Amino acid sequence: MLQRSVPGSPFTRERSHWLRVLTLFSPIVFLASTACAEPLAVEEVAEGIFVHTGSHQDANRENHGDIANIGFVVGDRGVAVVDTGGSYRLGWRLREAVKSVTDLPILYVINTHVHPDHTFGNAAFAGDEPEYIGHTKLPRQMAARGDYYLARLDEFIGEGQAEGTKVVSPTRTVAIGKPVELDIGGRVLILIAYPQAHTNNDLTVMDLKTGTLWTGDLVFMERIPSMDGSILGWKKVLERLRGMKITKIIPGHGPASASWPEAQNAQSRYFEELIAGVRPIIKQGGTITDAVAAVGKGEADKWELFDDYNPGNVTKTFTELEWE
Amino acid sequence: MFFGWRQASYVGKAALAVLLAAFMALAPAWAEEATDDVPPGDDYDVSNHDPEDDVSPGYEHDAWNNIRDMLYEDQVIEDGKDVISMTAPYRAMDAAIVPITIAAAKPQTKDEFIESITLVIDQNPSPVAAVFHLTPDSGLAAIDTRIRINAYTKVRAIANMNDGRLFMATKFIKASGGCSVPGLSGMDEALARAGKMKMKFLTPDVEGAGGKAQLMIKHPNFSGLQMDQVSGVVIPAHYVDSIKVTRGGTKILSVEGDISLSEDPNIRFYYGEETSGDFTAVVTDTNGETFKKSWPVLRLAEN
Repeated sequence: MLQRSVPGSPFTRERSHWLRVLTLFSPIVFLASTACAEPLAVEEVAEGIFVHTGSHQDANRENHGDIANIGFVVGDRGVAVVDTGGSYRLGWRLREAVKSVTDLPILYVINTHVHPDHTFGNAAFAGDEPEYIGHTKLPRQMAARGDYYLARLDEFIGEGQAEGTKVVSPTRTVAIGKPVELDIGGRVLILIAYPQAHTNNDLTVMDLKTGTLWTGDLVFMERIPSMDGSILGWKKVLERLRGMKITKIIPGHGPASASWPEAQNAQSRYFEELIAGVRPIIKQGGTITDAVAAVGKGEADKWELFDDYNPGNVTKTFTELEWE
Repeated sequence: MFFGWRQASYVGKAALAVLLAAFMALAPAWAEEATDDVPPGDDYDVSNHDPEDDVSPGYEHDAWNNIRDMLYEDQVIEDGKDVISMTAPYRAMDAAIVPITIAAAKPQTKDEFIESITLVIDQNPSPVAAVFHLTPDSGLAAIDTRIRINAYTKVRAIANMNDGRLFMATKFIKASGGCSVPGLSGMDEALARAGKMKMKFLTPDVEGAGGKAQLMIKHPNFSGLQMDQVSGVVIPAHYVDSIKVTRGGTKILSVEGDISLSEDPNIRFYYGEETSGDFTAVVTDTNGETFKKSWPVLRLAEN
């Protein structure tokens, strides 16, 4: 049923006949809905921090790519948007949500990593002329993968839904070991870039005022994590985050917010199961196929989309650990 | 969403079943006629039809027909079911790392052995993924490797016997994007590691096949289809095009590689019981770099 097209890509190739019939009317739907794009529903998880929760699915023609947690932080001087959703349209609806909360300008649009469900709404903010900020490795990854993601967007999220979507690269980057402070008036955000973990361009956003950390996809809850970087690297980053003074986090996928460090318990447990399952298979001379058939089964009923991502995660873990 | 799709596919299957039933009612007459068309003794040519068609209705055969003409002209390719088999996931979860296993039905002997196995991925930009050259000292003509798949495709293993006969096994694999999407590690990082090699010795699992080993090579195997840089510059193709494995100077395996082999090429193979000495692998890439390393044979636990 599901087709993993790109490592870590949340897109699928599902098709539904009646939906295809519906999309015959999509030009009308599109015109009507851009004229009055409904603001995305957001929740204020801490003072001035608003989060929209995506659904725990792969991007498809029903959710239109609305699958990640995205949102914004409001300061006295302006707004910082953190991730922009899976299409221009979703970005625009997030922008509408900002406008429903404040008239302050949007100063920054921050991407936590390259995946399209977090970055494809970027273009919707172009008129605000914000600084687009991401990891130093983000521009290269966007350039390398953006066109591929974009070419398939219509097919994945529905005809017309991808309209206006563009790859918008950061205008300012954050290097590993050199956190960036953003003062948005009355509150300071600290942006930290990480070595290879979920991807090779993960970035977190810490709001010092409330002790809230936007983890991006460094933390998955409820929905199974997808491996597009390094499991050992990711484990190390989680250890580091566990040592940080954090009140609550906003995971890339899962509830709007969760308490720390409990929020990463399930994910850490899953990683341990992957590592503990794959290592002996490698040691005994087993293959990727052997590992995919055997590893992670104890986690099957603990995650949404388990069957869709676990085989890929096992494969990635195997190709990383076999060089140990 | 799931429900809608499945339902549609059930309707399709039901329709197919009805057609099939109608067809089977007419089958005896048809079968007789068909037999007349095939000259007695001529082998079943799987390039015209193979069981994988059942899972890939409407499959585009042009690519294969062209490759077939180019590689084999009018040679007969026989159904490989008694000679060679292939295992691969029907739906690959990572199109850049699709594990496949090709295995001969019986060990190599001096009188009867597989000289080469050609791996073809119909719908890839460069369909001939690899040619594995084997000898009677190869133990068992069996290769386990990882490939890139760019679009839904049939994958074929064509065994060329020492007497010149050709046998083919096929698999249909659903995956896409494996050649065009670069891995995450940047070009510089990937190149810095290129040429690092490891050989592991595995427990042989087929009687009379000798020993089993795994050669691992760090190499980005850039396909020439991956983009880099904000300007959208294509990373030039740069891949492992030759691998030679010997034991004590005796040839065990050589491989002509292409861009469809995954990043960090990884090959499991067998070696004959009568071979002895250390293993040596000599690997070259398209930039003319050569990497060489030798290993004494170890037991699995000592790897």
